[in-house]
Amino acid sequence: MPVIDLKNINVTFKQKDKTITAVNNASLKVEQGDIYGIVGYSGAGKSTLVRTINLLQKPSSGSVTVNGTNMLSLSETELRTERKKIGMIFQHFNLMDELTVFGNVALPLQHADLTTSALTAKVNHLLDLVGLKDRATNYPAQLSGGQKQRVAIARALANDPQILLSDEATSALDPRTTNQILALLKKLNAELGLTIVLITHEMQAVKAIANKVAVMEAGSIIERGSLLDIFTQPQKQLTRDFINTATNLDEALVNVQTLLAEQPLAADEKLVQVQYVGANTAQPLLSKIYADFGVSINLLYSNMEILANTPVGLCIAVFKGKPAAIQTVVDSLNDHSVKTTFLTLGGATNA
Amino acid sequence: MLNWIQVHFPNIYALGWTGDGGWGTAIFQTLYMTFGAALIGGLLGLAFGIGIVLTADDGISPHPLAYQIFDKVISIGRAIPFIIMVVIISPVTQVLVGTTIGATAALVPLSLGVFPFFARQVQVALLDVAPGKVEAARSFGASNTDIIREVYLREGHSELIRVSTVTLISLVGLTAMAGAIGAGGLGTTAIVTGYQRFQPDVMWLATILVLLFILIIQFVGDFLARHQHHGS
Repeated sequence: MPVIDLKNINVTFKQKDKTITAVNNASLKVEQGDIYGIVGYSGAGKSTLVRTINLLQKPSSGSVTVNGTNMLSLSETELRTERKKIGMIFQHFNLMDELTVFGNVALPLQHADLTTSALTAKVNHLLDLVGLKDRATNYPAQLSGGQKQRVAIARALANDPQILLSDEATSALDPRTTNQILALLKKLNAELGLTIVLITHEMQAVKAIANKVAVMEAGSIIERGSLLDIFTQPQKQLTRDFINTATNLDEALVNVQTLLAEQPLAADEKLVQVQYVGANTAQPLLSKIYADFGVSINLLYSNMEILANTPVGLCIAVFKGKPAAIQTVVDSLNDHSVKTTFLTLGGATNA
Repeated sequence: MLNWIQVHFPNIYALGWTGDGGWGTAIFQTLYMTFGAALIGGLLGLAFGIGIVLTADDGISPHPLAYQIFDKVISIGRAIPFIIMVVIISPVTQVLVGTTIGATAALVPLSLGVFPFFARQVQVALLDVAPGKVEAARSFGASNTDIIREVYLREGHSELIRVSTVTLISLVGLTAMAGAIGAGGLGTTAIVTGYQRFQPDVMWLATILVLLFILIIQFVGDFLARHQHHGS
Protein backbone atom coordinates (compact mmCIF):
# COMPACT_ATOMS: atom_id res chain seq x y z
CA MET A 1 0.00 0.00 0.00
CA PRO A 2 1.41 3.40 -0.92
CA VAL A 3 2.17 5.78 1.97
CA ILE A 4 0.86 8.69 -0.06
CA ASP A 5 -1.89 8.15 -2.58
CA LEU A 6 -3.13 11.19 -4.48
CA LYS A 7 -5.93 10.43 -6.92
CA ASN A 8 -7.17 12.77 -9.65
CA ILE A 9 -6.23 15.92 -7.79
CA ASN A 10 -7.52 19.19 -9.19
CA VAL A 11 -6.78 22.54 -7.62
CA THR A 12 -8.37 25.64 -9.06
CA PHE A 13 -8.21 29.21 -7.83
CA LYS A 14 -10.85 31.80 -8.60
CA GLN A 15 -9.48 35.21 -9.45
CA LYS A 16 -12.10 37.85 -10.21
CA ASP A 17 -13.80 36.48 -13.33
CA LYS A 18 -11.40 33.75 -14.35
CA THR A 19 -10.53 30.37 -12.89
CA ILE A 20 -6.90 29.33 -12.71
CA THR A 21 -6.09 25.63 -12.73
CA ALA A 22 -2.97 25.08 -10.66
CA VAL A 23 -3.14 21.29 -10.60
CA ASN A 24 -4.91 19.38 -13.33
CA ASN A 25 -6.03 15.81 -12.67
CA ALA A 26 -2.76 14.71 -11.07
CA SER A 27 -2.36 11.31 -9.43
CA LEU A 28 0.66 10.20 -7.48
CA LYS A 29 1.57 7.12 -5.48
CA VAL A 30 4.54 7.27 -3.13
CA GLU A 31 5.74 4.05 -1.52
CA GLN A 32 7.32 3.64 1.90
CA GLY A 33 11.00 4.61 1.75
CA ASP A 34 10.77 6.39 -1.60
CA ILE A 35 12.57 9.59 -2.33
CA TYR A 36 10.15 10.86 -4.92
CA GLY A 37 11.39 13.83 -6.93
CA ILE A 38 8.85 16.11 -8.55
CA VAL A 39 10.44 18.44 -11.08
CA GLY A 40 9.03 21.26 -13.12
CA TYR A 41 9.51 24.92 -13.80
CA SER A 42 8.07 27.62 -11.56
CA GLY A 43 4.30 27.72 -11.85
CA ALA A 44 4.02 24.10 -12.95
CA GLY A 45 1.89 23.40 -9.89
CA LYS A 46 4.32 21.15 -8.02
CA SER A 47 4.22 23.17 -4.76
CA THR A 48 0.45 23.27 -4.90
CA LEU A 49 0.30 19.53 -5.53
CA VAL A 50 2.60 18.69 -2.62
CA ARG A 51 0.55 20.96 -0.31
CA THR A 52 -2.50 18.82 -0.93
CA ILE A 53 -0.71 15.96 0.83
CA ASN A 54 -0.91 17.67 4.24
CA LEU A 55 -3.91 19.74 3.15
CA LEU A 56 -2.18 23.08 3.51
CA GLN A 57 -3.94 23.33 0.18
CA LYS A 58 -7.39 21.77 -0.08
CA PRO A 59 -7.89 20.18 -3.52
CA SER A 60 -10.96 21.29 -5.46
CA SER A 61 -11.54 17.62 -6.25
CA GLY A 62 -9.75 14.31 -5.91
CA SER A 63 -8.76 12.12 -3.00
CA VAL A 64 -5.82 12.33 -0.61
CA THR A 65 -4.85 9.22 1.31
CA VAL A 66 -1.87 9.27 3.64
CA ASN A 67 -0.90 6.19 5.66
CA GLY A 68 -4.27 4.74 4.73
CA THR A 69 -6.16 7.73 6.15
CA ASN A 70 -8.54 9.66 3.94
CA MET A 71 -7.27 13.13 4.77
CA LEU A 72 -10.31 14.93 3.39
CA SER A 73 -12.65 13.21 5.83
CA LEU A 74 -10.85 14.48 8.93
CA SER A 75 -12.02 17.14 11.36
CA GLU A 76 -9.72 20.11 12.03
CA THR A 77 -8.42 18.48 15.22
CA GLU A 78 -7.84 15.10 13.58
CA LEU A 79 -6.15 16.82 10.65
CA ARG A 80 -3.72 18.55 13.04
CA THR A 81 -2.83 15.18 14.53
CA GLU A 82 -2.23 13.70 11.06
CA ARG A 83 -0.12 16.70 10.05
CA LYS A 84 2.27 15.92 12.88
CA LYS A 85 3.10 12.72 11.00
CA ILE A 86 4.05 14.70 7.88
CA GLY A 87 7.08 16.96 8.27
CA MET A 88 7.66 19.79 5.83
CA ILE A 89 10.60 22.00 4.91
CA PHE A 90 10.59 25.10 2.75
CA GLN A 91 12.72 27.13 0.38
CA HIS A 92 12.99 30.04 2.79
CA PHE A 93 13.27 27.85 5.90
CA ASN A 94 10.41 29.64 7.70
CA LEU A 95 12.07 29.48 11.09
CA MET A 96 10.81 31.61 13.96
CA ASP A 97 13.29 34.48 14.21
CA GLU A 98 12.41 35.26 17.82
CA LEU A 99 13.14 31.73 19.02
CA THR A 100 16.51 30.09 19.46
CA VAL A 101 17.48 27.03 17.45
CA PHE A 102 16.39 24.94 20.43
CA GLY A 103 13.11 26.84 20.70
CA ASN A 104 12.39 26.32 17.02
CA VAL A 105 12.88 22.57 17.20
CA ALA A 106 10.90 22.38 20.45
CA LEU A 107 7.98 24.39 19.05
CA PRO A 108 6.10 21.50 17.40
CA LEU A 109 6.45 19.60 20.69
CA GLN A 110 4.85 22.22 22.92
CA HIS A 111 1.68 20.19 23.43
CA ALA A 112 3.46 16.85 23.38
CA ASP A 113 3.21 14.74 26.50
CA LEU A 114 6.87 15.10 27.44
CA THR A 115 8.65 16.02 30.64
CA THR A 116 11.06 18.95 30.43
CA SER A 117 14.06 16.64 30.53
CA ALA A 118 12.60 14.30 27.92
CA LEU A 119 11.88 17.32 25.71
CA THR A 120 15.42 18.62 26.12
CA ALA A 121 16.85 15.20 25.32
CA LYS A 122 14.64 14.86 22.26
CA VAL A 123 15.51 18.31 20.87
CA ASN A 124 19.20 17.74 21.50
CA HIS A 125 19.00 14.38 19.77
CA LEU A 126 17.38 16.01 16.73
CA LEU A 127 19.98 18.76 16.65
CA ASP A 128 22.67 16.11 16.85
CA LEU A 129 21.04 14.26 13.95
CA VAL A 130 21.31 17.34 11.70
CA GLY A 131 24.77 18.23 12.99
CA LEU A 132 23.92 21.38 14.92
CA LYS A 133 24.28 20.31 18.53
CA ASP A 134 26.50 23.26 19.41
CA ARG A 135 24.10 25.83 17.96
CA ALA A 136 21.14 25.29 20.31
CA THR A 137 21.26 28.74 21.88
CA ASN A 138 21.80 30.68 18.65
CA TYR A 139 19.06 32.62 16.92
CA PRO A 140 18.32 31.95 13.22
CA ALA A 141 19.77 35.35 12.27
CA GLN A 142 23.15 34.04 13.46
CA LEU A 143 23.10 31.01 11.15
CA SER A 144 24.02 30.41 7.51
CA GLY A 145 21.40 29.28 5.00
CA GLY A 146 22.48 25.66 5.20
CA GLN A 147 22.38 25.72 9.00
CA LYS A 148 18.91 27.27 8.93
CA GLN A 149 17.67 24.49 6.68
CA ARG A 150 19.17 21.93 9.09
CA VAL A 151 17.22 23.51 11.93
CA ALA A 152 14.11 23.40 9.75
CA ILE A 153 14.74 19.70 9.09
CA ALA A 154 15.17 19.01 12.81
CA ARG A 155 11.93 20.91 13.47
CA ALA A 156 10.12 18.96 10.75
CA LEU A 157 11.27 15.69 12.37
CA ALA A 158 10.24 16.71 15.90
CA ASN A 159 7.04 14.66 15.90
CA ASP A 160 8.75 11.59 14.38
CA PRO A 161 6.96 11.81 11.03
CA GLN A 162 7.15 8.97 8.51
CA ILE A 163 6.96 11.44 5.65
CA LEU A 164 8.96 14.56 4.83
CA LEU A 165 7.76 17.03 2.22
CA SER A 166 10.54 19.18 0.84
CA ASP A 167 9.37 22.24 -1.07
CA GLU A 168 12.36 23.64 -3.00
CA ALA A 169 14.38 23.15 0.19
CA THR A 170 17.73 23.54 -1.55
CA SER A 171 16.78 26.21 -4.08
CA ALA A 172 17.99 29.11 -1.96
CA LEU A 173 21.31 27.42 -1.15
CA ASP A 174 24.67 27.41 -2.91
CA PRO A 175 25.72 24.19 -4.71
CA ARG A 176 27.99 22.92 -1.95
CA THR A 177 25.42 23.51 0.78
CA THR A 178 22.78 21.99 -1.49
CA ASN A 179 24.80 18.79 -1.69
CA GLN A 180 25.23 18.70 2.10
CA ILE A 181 21.50 19.09 2.67
CA LEU A 182 20.72 16.45 0.03
CA ALA A 183 23.21 14.09 1.69
CA LEU A 184 21.45 14.72 5.01
CA LEU A 185 18.06 13.91 3.47
CA LYS A 186 19.51 10.74 1.95
CA LYS A 187 20.90 9.78 5.35
CA LEU A 188 17.53 10.35 7.04
CA ASN A 189 15.88 8.26 4.34
CA ALA A 190 18.34 5.42 4.88
CA GLU A 191 18.53 5.54 8.68
CA LEU A 192 14.97 6.43 9.66
CA GLY A 193 13.17 4.96 6.65
CA LEU A 194 11.79 8.42 6.05
CA THR A 195 9.70 8.72 2.89
CA ILE A 196 10.59 11.97 1.13
CA VAL A 197 8.74 13.97 -1.49
CA LEU A 198 11.21 16.34 -3.06
CA ILE A 199 9.86 19.30 -5.01
CA THR A 200 12.48 21.07 -7.07
CA HIS A 201 13.25 22.77 -10.35
CA GLU A 202 16.81 21.41 -10.18
CA MET A 203 17.20 18.03 -11.84
CA GLN A 204 20.62 17.86 -10.14
CA ALA A 205 18.94 17.50 -6.76
CA VAL A 206 16.64 14.76 -7.99
CA LYS A 207 19.50 12.99 -9.70
CA ALA A 208 21.51 13.03 -6.50
CA ILE A 209 19.05 11.31 -4.17
CA ALA A 210 15.70 10.39 -5.72
CA ASN A 211 14.70 6.88 -6.72
CA LYS A 212 11.55 8.00 -8.54
CA VAL A 213 10.75 11.05 -10.58
CA ALA A 214 7.63 12.82 -11.81
CA VAL A 215 7.80 15.72 -14.24
CA MET A 216 5.13 18.38 -14.04
CA GLU A 217 4.06 20.92 -16.62
CA ALA A 218 1.07 23.27 -16.52
CA GLY A 219 -0.50 21.50 -13.55
CA SER A 220 -0.23 17.98 -14.96
CA ILE A 221 2.21 15.17 -14.36
CA ILE A 222 3.47 14.55 -17.89
CA GLU A 223 5.96 11.80 -17.18
CA ARG A 224 6.92 9.58 -14.28
CA GLY A 225 9.04 6.58 -13.54
CA SER A 226 12.15 5.32 -11.81
CA LEU A 227 15.10 7.70 -11.83
CA LEU A 228 16.99 5.40 -14.18
CA ASP A 229 14.14 5.08 -16.68
CA ILE A 230 13.46 8.80 -16.72
CA PHE A 231 17.11 9.60 -17.24
CA THR A 232 17.84 7.01 -19.84
CA GLN A 233 14.53 6.91 -21.72
CA PRO A 234 12.86 10.27 -21.35
CA GLN A 235 9.69 10.47 -23.45
CA LYS A 236 8.81 14.16 -23.26
CA GLN A 237 10.80 17.12 -24.54
CA LEU A 238 10.52 18.93 -21.17
CA THR A 239 11.99 15.90 -19.41
CA ARG A 240 14.88 15.83 -21.90
CA ASP A 241 15.48 19.54 -21.30
CA PHE A 242 15.71 18.98 -17.57
CA ILE A 243 18.03 16.01 -18.00
CA ASN A 244 20.26 17.79 -20.49
CA THR A 245 20.69 20.63 -18.03
CA ALA A 246 21.48 18.21 -15.23
CA THR A 247 24.05 16.27 -17.26
CA ASN A 248 25.62 19.40 -18.76
CA LEU A 249 24.79 18.00 -22.20
CA ASP A 250 23.42 21.37 -23.31
CA GLU A 251 26.68 23.04 -22.44
CA ALA A 252 28.69 20.29 -24.11
CA LEU A 253 26.69 20.59 -27.32
CA VAL A 254 27.37 24.32 -27.46
CA ASN A 255 31.08 23.62 -27.04
CA VAL A 256 31.01 20.94 -29.72
CA GLN A 257 29.24 23.34 -32.07
CA THR A 258 31.86 26.00 -31.49
CA LEU A 259 34.57 23.45 -32.11
CA LEU A 260 32.99 22.20 -35.34
CA ALA A 261 32.51 25.75 -36.61
CA GLU A 262 36.27 26.12 -36.51
CA GLN A 263 37.10 22.61 -37.69
CA PRO A 264 34.24 21.32 -39.86
CA LEU A 265 33.73 17.60 -40.16
CA ALA A 266 35.38 15.89 -43.09
CA ALA A 267 33.27 13.91 -45.56
CA ASP A 268 34.07 10.63 -43.86
CA GLU A 269 33.28 11.90 -40.36
CA LYS A 270 30.01 11.67 -38.43
CA LEU A 271 29.03 13.30 -35.13
CA VAL A 272 27.53 10.70 -32.82
CA GLN A 273 26.00 10.65 -29.36
CA VAL A 274 26.52 7.45 -27.43
CA GLN A 275 24.55 6.63 -24.31
CA TYR A 276 24.85 3.54 -22.20
CA VAL A 277 23.36 2.18 -19.02
CA GLY A 278 24.58 -0.40 -16.59
CA ALA A 279 27.65 -2.49 -16.21
CA ASN A 280 28.07 -3.48 -19.88
CA THR A 281 29.69 -0.15 -20.46
CA ALA A 282 30.52 1.07 -23.91
CA GLN A 283 34.25 1.51 -23.40
CA PRO A 284 35.27 -2.08 -24.25
CA LEU A 285 32.99 -1.93 -27.27
CA LEU A 286 34.41 1.40 -28.43
CA SER A 287 37.96 0.14 -28.14
CA LYS A 288 37.15 -2.86 -30.35
CA ILE A 289 35.50 -0.77 -33.04
CA TYR A 290 38.66 0.30 -34.80
CA ALA A 291 40.03 -3.18 -34.84
CA ASP A 292 36.81 -4.78 -36.03
CA PHE A 293 35.43 -2.16 -38.42
CA GLY A 294 38.23 0.28 -39.23
CA VAL A 295 36.26 3.15 -37.75
CA SER A 296 38.25 5.52 -35.54
CA ILE A 297 36.65 7.40 -32.71
CA ASN A 298 37.53 10.88 -31.49
CA LEU A 299 35.85 11.53 -28.12
CA LEU A 300 34.74 15.17 -27.73
CA TYR A 301 32.72 14.87 -24.52
CA SER A 302 32.20 12.13 -22.03
CA ASN A 303 30.23 11.96 -18.82
CA MET A 304 29.48 9.14 -16.45
CA GLU A 305 27.26 9.17 -13.40
CA ILE A 306 25.84 6.73 -10.93
CA LEU A 307 22.05 6.93 -10.87
CA ALA A 308 20.31 4.78 -8.31
CA ASN A 309 23.51 2.69 -8.04
CA THR A 310 23.67 2.18 -11.81
CA PRO A 311 26.34 3.73 -14.01
CA VAL A 312 24.95 5.86 -16.80
CA GLY A 313 27.32 7.21 -19.45
CA LEU A 314 27.03 9.72 -22.22
CA CYS A 315 29.61 10.55 -24.91
CA ILE A 316 29.73 12.81 -27.91
CA ALA A 317 32.24 11.55 -30.46
CA VAL A 318 33.33 11.91 -34.06
CA PHE A 319 33.28 8.58 -35.90
CA LYS A 320 35.66 8.52 -38.85
CA GLY A 321 35.52 5.86 -41.56
CA LYS A 322 33.55 4.58 -44.55
CA PRO A 323 29.83 5.50 -44.27
CA ALA A 324 28.79 1.86 -44.51
CA ALA A 325 31.27 0.90 -41.77
CA ILE A 326 30.02 3.70 -39.52
CA GLN A 327 26.42 2.56 -40.01
CA THR A 328 27.45 -1.00 -39.14
CA VAL A 329 29.14 0.24 -35.97
CA VAL A 330 26.08 2.25 -34.94
CA ASP A 331 23.78 -0.71 -35.54
CA SER A 332 26.09 -2.98 -33.64
CA LEU A 333 26.22 -0.59 -30.68
CA ASN A 334 22.44 -0.25 -30.67
CA ASP A 335 22.21 -4.05 -30.65
CA HIS A 336 24.36 -4.05 -27.52
CA SER A 337 21.89 -1.66 -25.75
CA VAL A 338 24.22 1.26 -26.29
CA LYS A 339 21.90 3.98 -27.54
CA THR A 340 23.70 5.62 -30.47
CA THR A 341 22.37 8.66 -32.27
CA PHE A 342 23.73 10.72 -35.17
CA LEU A 343 23.92 14.40 -34.27
CA THR A 344 23.52 17.23 -36.71
CA LEU A 345 24.24 20.77 -35.65
CA GLY A 346 20.53 21.55 -35.49
CA GLY A 347 19.76 18.61 -33.16
CA ALA A 348 19.72 14.85 -33.05
CA THR A 349 18.46 12.38 -35.64
CA ASN A 350 17.84 8.86 -34.53
CA ALA A 351 20.12 6.34 -36.18
CA MET B 1 13.08 76.95 44.30
CA LEU B 2 9.38 77.26 45.10
CA ASN B 3 10.02 80.81 46.12
CA TRP B 4 11.70 81.51 42.82
CA ILE B 5 8.75 80.04 40.92
CA GLN B 6 6.35 82.08 43.02
CA VAL B 7 8.18 85.29 42.13
CA HIS B 8 8.76 84.69 38.43
CA PHE B 9 5.82 82.42 37.44
CA PRO B 10 2.98 83.34 39.79
CA ASN B 11 0.35 81.68 37.61
CA ILE B 12 2.16 78.35 37.66
CA TYR B 13 2.60 78.60 41.40
CA ALA B 14 -1.01 79.56 41.97
CA LEU B 15 -2.28 76.28 40.53
CA GLY B 16 -0.47 74.37 43.26
CA TRP B 17 0.28 70.64 43.20
CA THR B 18 -2.81 68.94 44.51
CA GLY B 19 -6.44 69.88 44.34
CA ASP B 20 -8.66 70.57 41.38
CA GLY B 21 -6.51 71.83 38.52
CA GLY B 22 -3.25 71.34 40.43
CA TRP B 23 -0.17 70.20 38.52
CA GLY B 24 0.00 66.85 40.27
CA THR B 25 -3.68 66.26 39.65
CA ALA B 26 -3.33 67.21 35.97
CA ILE B 27 -0.32 64.95 35.45
CA PHE B 28 -2.08 62.07 37.19
CA GLN B 29 -5.20 62.61 35.09
CA THR B 30 -3.22 62.61 31.86
CA LEU B 31 -1.44 59.40 32.87
CA TYR B 32 -4.71 57.87 33.98
CA MET B 33 -6.47 58.73 30.73
CA THR B 34 -3.55 57.68 28.55
CA PHE B 35 -2.93 54.31 30.15
CA GLY B 36 -6.59 53.62 30.96
CA ALA B 37 -7.62 54.19 27.34
CA ALA B 38 -4.50 52.37 26.15
CA LEU B 39 -5.57 49.33 28.15
CA ILE B 40 -9.19 49.29 27.02
CA GLY B 41 -8.65 50.60 23.49
CA GLY B 42 -5.49 48.50 23.19
CA LEU B 43 -7.25 45.25 24.01
CA LEU B 44 -10.14 46.11 21.70
CA GLY B 45 -7.73 47.14 18.96
CA LEU B 46 -5.62 44.01 19.40
CA ALA B 47 -8.75 41.85 19.19
CA PHE B 48 -9.95 43.60 16.05
CA GLY B 49 -6.47 43.63 14.52
CA ILE B 50 -6.02 39.90 15.11
CA GLY B 51 -9.59 39.27 14.00
CA ILE B 52 -9.20 41.02 10.68
CA VAL B 53 -5.95 39.18 9.92
CA LEU B 54 -7.41 35.76 10.77
CA THR B 55 -10.65 36.20 8.85
CA ALA B 56 -9.08 37.64 5.70
CA ASP B 57 -9.23 35.54 2.52
CA ASP B 58 -5.65 34.40 2.98
CA GLY B 59 -5.91 34.23 6.77
CA ILE B 60 -5.86 31.04 8.82
CA SER B 61 -9.61 31.17 9.42
CA PRO B 62 -11.21 32.94 6.44
CA HIS B 63 -14.64 34.39 7.12
CA PRO B 64 -15.77 37.02 4.60
CA LEU B 65 -18.64 38.40 6.70
CA ALA B 66 -16.60 38.77 9.88
CA TYR B 67 -13.81 40.32 7.85
CA GLN B 68 -16.18 42.88 6.36
CA ILE B 69 -17.53 43.77 9.80
CA PHE B 70 -14.04 44.20 11.27
CA ASP B 71 -12.93 46.19 8.27
CA LYS B 72 -15.93 48.53 8.20
CA VAL B 73 -15.91 49.17 11.95
CA ILE B 74 -12.21 50.03 11.80
CA SER B 75 -12.58 52.23 8.71
CA ILE B 76 -15.59 54.13 10.01
CA GLY B 77 -14.08 54.48 13.47
CA ARG B 78 -10.94 55.91 11.93
CA ALA B 79 -12.92 58.31 9.76
CA ILE B 80 -14.82 60.05 12.56
CA PRO B 81 -12.84 63.02 13.89
CA PHE B 82 -12.13 62.52 17.57
CA ILE B 83 -13.63 65.78 18.78
CA ILE B 84 -16.91 64.87 17.07
CA MET B 85 -16.73 61.29 18.40
CA VAL B 86 -16.62 62.70 21.97
CA VAL B 87 -19.86 64.55 21.39
CA ILE B 88 -21.62 61.80 19.46
CA ILE B 89 -21.03 59.09 22.04
CA SER B 90 -21.65 61.27 25.08
CA PRO B 91 -25.04 59.58 25.69
CA VAL B 92 -23.23 56.25 25.83
CA THR B 93 -20.67 57.75 28.18
CA GLN B 94 -23.50 59.06 30.37
CA VAL B 95 -24.97 55.56 30.61
CA LEU B 96 -21.64 53.82 31.21
CA VAL B 97 -20.01 56.24 33.63
CA GLY B 98 -22.89 58.34 34.91
CA THR B 99 -21.34 61.61 33.77
CA THR B 100 -19.74 63.04 30.65
CA ILE B 101 -17.22 65.20 32.48
CA GLY B 102 -13.91 64.19 34.00
CA ALA B 103 -11.08 61.79 33.32
CA THR B 104 -13.06 58.58 33.81
CA ALA B 105 -15.81 59.75 31.48
CA ALA B 106 -13.11 60.63 28.93
CA LEU B 107 -11.94 57.00 28.94
CA VAL B 108 -14.99 56.04 26.89
CA PRO B 109 -14.38 58.29 23.85
CA LEU B 110 -10.61 57.90 24.20
CA SER B 111 -10.82 54.10 24.07
CA LEU B 112 -13.28 54.17 21.20
CA GLY B 113 -11.24 56.82 19.43
CA VAL B 114 -7.95 55.00 19.69
CA PHE B 115 -8.96 51.39 19.08
CA PRO B 116 -9.67 51.57 15.32
CA PHE B 117 -6.36 53.35 14.83
CA PHE B 118 -4.57 50.70 16.88
CA ALA B 119 -6.47 47.86 15.18
CA ARG B 120 -5.26 49.02 11.77
CA GLN B 121 -1.71 49.29 13.08
CA VAL B 122 -1.90 45.81 14.60
CA GLN B 123 -3.19 44.47 11.28
CA VAL B 124 -0.22 45.97 9.45
CA ALA B 125 2.20 44.66 12.08
CA LEU B 126 0.80 41.12 11.91
CA LEU B 127 0.73 41.05 8.11
CA ASP B 128 4.41 41.88 8.33
CA VAL B 129 5.03 38.44 9.85
CA ALA B 130 6.22 36.22 6.97
CA PRO B 131 3.32 34.04 5.73
CA GLY B 132 5.80 31.16 5.47
CA LYS B 133 6.13 31.09 9.27
CA VAL B 134 2.38 30.63 9.58
CA GLU B 135 2.47 27.93 6.93
CA ALA B 136 5.31 26.15 8.73
CA ALA B 137 3.33 26.23 11.98
CA ARG B 138 0.28 24.80 10.21
CA SER B 139 2.45 22.10 8.67
CA PHE B 140 3.51 20.79 12.07
CA GLY B 141 -0.04 20.74 13.35
CA ALA B 142 -0.28 24.01 15.30
CA SER B 143 -3.80 25.13 16.21
CA ASN B 144 -5.08 28.60 15.39
CA THR B 145 -4.57 29.62 19.02
CA ASP B 146 -0.97 28.39 18.82
CA ILE B 147 -0.45 30.30 15.61
CA ILE B 148 -1.79 33.55 17.08
CA ARG B 149 0.36 33.21 20.17
CA GLU B 150 3.51 31.53 18.89
CA VAL B 151 3.73 33.04 15.42
CA TYR B 152 1.76 36.26 15.00
CA LEU B 153 2.23 37.74 18.45
CA ARG B 154 5.75 36.55 19.13
CA GLU B 155 7.23 36.98 15.69
CA GLY B 156 5.43 40.30 15.33
CA HIS B 157 6.05 41.57 18.85
CA SER B 158 8.81 43.97 17.94
CA GLU B 159 6.57 45.56 15.33
CA LEU B 160 3.67 45.47 17.80
CA ILE B 161 5.74 47.38 20.36
CA ARG B 162 6.57 49.94 17.70
CA VAL B 163 2.95 50.52 16.68
CA SER B 164 1.91 50.58 20.34
CA THR B 165 4.39 53.38 20.91
CA VAL B 166 2.95 55.34 17.99
CA THR B 167 -0.56 54.71 19.29
CA LEU B 168 0.31 55.76 22.86
CA ILE B 169 1.78 58.99 21.56
CA SER B 170 -1.26 59.79 19.48
CA LEU B 171 -3.34 58.90 22.53
CA VAL B 172 -1.56 61.56 24.57
CA GLY B 173 -2.62 64.00 21.87
CA LEU B 174 -6.21 62.81 22.15
CA THR B 175 -6.22 63.30 25.95
CA ALA B 176 -5.22 66.92 25.37
CA MET B 177 -8.11 67.28 22.94
CA ALA B 178 -10.47 65.67 25.45
CA GLY B 179 -9.03 68.09 27.98
CA ALA B 180 -10.31 71.02 25.93
CA ILE B 181 -13.85 69.93 26.62
CA GLY B 182 -13.55 69.16 30.27
CA ALA B 183 -11.76 65.85 30.69
CA GLY B 184 -9.06 67.31 32.93
CA GLY B 185 -5.36 66.59 32.70
CA LEU B 186 -2.58 68.62 31.16
CA GLY B 187 -4.76 69.40 28.13
CA THR B 188 -7.27 71.23 30.29
CA THR B 189 -4.45 73.01 32.10
CA ALA B 190 -2.89 74.19 28.84
CA ILE B 191 -6.07 75.21 27.05
CA VAL B 192 -8.58 76.23 29.71
CA THR B 193 -6.26 77.64 32.36
CA GLY B 194 -3.31 78.64 30.20
CA TYR B 195 -4.72 79.77 26.89
CA GLN B 196 -8.25 80.91 27.69
CA ARG B 197 -7.28 82.75 30.90
CA PHE B 198 -4.23 84.39 29.34
CA GLN B 199 -1.63 82.61 31.46
CA PRO B 200 1.02 81.74 28.86
CA ASP B 201 3.50 80.40 31.42
CA VAL B 202 0.95 77.79 32.50
CA MET B 203 0.26 76.92 28.86
CA TRP B 204 3.95 76.47 28.14
CA LEU B 205 4.72 74.39 31.19
CA ALA B 206 1.77 72.10 30.45
CA THR B 207 2.99 71.75 26.87
CA ILE B 208 6.52 70.97 28.01
CA LEU B 209 5.20 68.31 30.40
CA VAL B 210 3.18 66.69 27.60
CA LEU B 211 6.23 66.79 25.37
CA LEU B 212 8.38 65.18 28.07
CA PHE B 213 5.78 62.48 28.53
CA ILE B 214 5.81 61.75 24.80
CA LEU B 215 9.61 61.64 24.71
CA ILE B 216 9.67 59.12 27.56
CA ILE B 217 7.12 56.91 25.78
CA GLN B 218 9.13 57.09 22.55
CA PHE B 219 12.37 56.27 24.33
CA VAL B 220 10.98 53.30 26.23
CA GLY B 221 9.16 52.05 23.12
CA ASP B 222 12.27 52.20 20.97
CA PHE B 223 14.32 50.53 23.67
CA LEU B 224 11.88 47.64 24.04
CA ALA B 225 11.43 47.15 20.31
CA ARG B 226 15.17 47.01 19.80
CA HIS B 227 16.21 44.92 22.76
CA GLN B 228 13.64 42.20 22.44
CA HIS B 229 14.23 41.56 18.79
CA HIS B 230 16.40 38.79 17.38
CA GLY B 231 15.37 38.92 13.77
CA SER B 232 17.53 39.87 10.86
